[in-house]
Amino acid sequence: MTARILWTHVGALAALLAAHVLLPAYHHGNLARIMVLAIYATGYNIAFGYTGLLSLGHALFFGAGLYAAGLTAYYTGLPGWLALLAGPVAGGAVALALGSFALRTAGVAFMIVTLMFAQAFHLAILYLGRWTRGDEGLVIARASRQLFGLDLADGSVRFLVAWALFALTMVAALIIARSGLGRVMVAMRENEERSRMLGYDPYMTKLIALGLSGAMSGLAGGAYALLFGYVGASLASVQYSILPLLYVLLGGAGTVLGPLIGTVAMFYLIDLASNVTDAHQLVTGAALVLLILFAPRGILGSIRDRFARWIP
Amino acid sequence: MDFGPFLLLAVMEGLVSAAVLALTASGLSLVFGIMRVVNVAHGEFFMLGAVLAWFVSQFVPGPAALSFALALILCPLVVGLLAAIADWAVLKRLNYEPEATIVATIGILYILQQAALSLFGPDARPVPAPVDFRVQLPWFGYAGYKLVVVAAAAMILTLLWVVLSRSRAGLIMRATQEDRDMARAFGINVDRVYAGVFALGAALAAMAAVLVVPITQAHYLMGGDPLLLSFITVIIGGLGSLRGTLIAAIVIGLTDGIVSTFFAPTLARIVATLAVALILVVRPQGLFGRTAP
Repeated sequence: MTARILWTHVGALAALLAAHVLLPAYHHGNLARIMVLAIYATGYNIAFGYTGLLSLGHALFFGAGLYAAGLTAYYTGLPGWLALLAGPVAGGAVALALGSFALRTAGVAFMIVTLMFAQAFHLAILYLGRWTRGDEGLVIARASRQLFGLDLADGSVRFLVAWALFALTMVAALIIARSGLGRVMVAMRENEERSRMLGYDPYMTKLIALGLSGAMSGLAGGAYALLFGYVGASLASVQYSILPLLYVLLGGAGTVLGPLIGTVAMFYLIDLASNVTDAHQLVTGAALVLLILFAPRGILGSIRDRFARWIP
Repeated sequence: MDFGPFLLLAVMEGLVSAAVLALTASGLSLVFGIMRVVNVAHGEFFMLGAVLAWFVSQFVPGPAALSFALALILCPLVVGLLAAIADWAVLKRLNYEPEATIVATIGILYILQQAALSLFGPDARPVPAPVDFRVQLPWFGYAGYKLVVVAAAAMILTLLWVVLSRSRAGLIMRATQEDRDMARAFGINVDRVYAGVFALGAALAAMAAVLVVPITQAHYLMGGDPLLLSFITVIIGGLGSLRGTLIAAIVIGLTDGIVSTFFAPTLARIVATLAVALILVVRPQGLFGRTAP
């Protein structure tokens, strides 16, 4: 790994850590949420950005992690780290299960199949309202949100845990992107038939990519449940399948830092717009249309194209 | 009420949803069949039709039947025009590339939904039915307007079929569907055909909404269910096959009516959604489609 790649990413993590001391309380709270959502976006990027799998059902993986961690913390007395671990395990397992047959389809059919499964999961949460309380959701008690003696309800601890989990995810994404697997994933995105001819197995590659993507999304879901103490059906709705797509498109698909940049930019775009108007769906919609029309490569993707070919 | 009449009621309710679904889904099917575009904003065109019908009913004086007739003509035209603009401003510039158009239509969905929320408000609002009579059967009375909906939908669909299979415009559309480049070589303005087809698809959804809004009320979030059901219908019927879509709409509409009369609607929806997803995995061309898309 060349030095400048290493220093760029270490620098990004250091900047986030410095923000912990420097930022005023309001933005400090925002950034903790942004980092959790950026974990989700990083996971989405593994499937969409690197492997070219456009899924419209990642809320299923995020929701699986959210409910696996949330229900464990809410209903059982198991320690916090076990609840947190349940997130990525559930997300990864669901992704592998869904991928094992959904990957028989490609393109538009894949989008619709993933969308439908996520929709069925969302409906199932509403249907099982006796345990999940549906849209109203569950508020997890402070006592159940402890991680190795750390109180996750505390703002400062929450920020640092979110940072640590994001750093872990980002380093994992960087390693994947630069590994042999990552290169085969990109090859699948660029030309599946040619990669097959060269002896790579498209199905297995895509399944592994989807599993990794699902595990990261599940980690984000689990972290969301424990750090913010709320689990509700709206967090598994279609909206939450679209959000990571938006973040990744804005930041730059197929770049390691793009999901973080996109999440920060979109979060504050909506935040600023809500000072002017409460029509924040308009901002989301307009951003999607304008991005796909004029900057399909996103912020970091455009920078990479013009100035810095070395960005992974 | 005995089981027999109860089943009859369920079938009649099912027929109404089948009629509305057939109209909405045929719009989606037409757009996919000819343009190969999956229009995620289709449900919002449906919603816009209903919301505009409310505006017409509010601001046009005179009897309900008159303003309703006006809405039935005016709303599809306005929605169709909006769709044509969306096609020209966004979809055409993306070269109708499948994945990009899906992302773009998701964006259009959000924009239209927000526009309806801001201009129309968050409340559900009723639209008066143009006719008000009851059909008295031996076991129960039935709103006559629902029968009007079924008849009107059947008429519109017949008209659509005649246009597609007998008219010059239909011939041009089918030629474009068959081979876009060859159609262009024969002097067909493919861009205009696409804009027209996109507008026609949206107008069909708006028409369905105007017909059904006296039964269901207008609401800015009402586009979600028709979108999902239309997707299911189009997939089961075979992507791009209009005949399959119509058959599937009748089957699904009737099943939906009957099942939701007897079982919990959420459970029925879960099972239907999963079943459709699995059908798509096993038979990507749909149950009635001949070739893979």
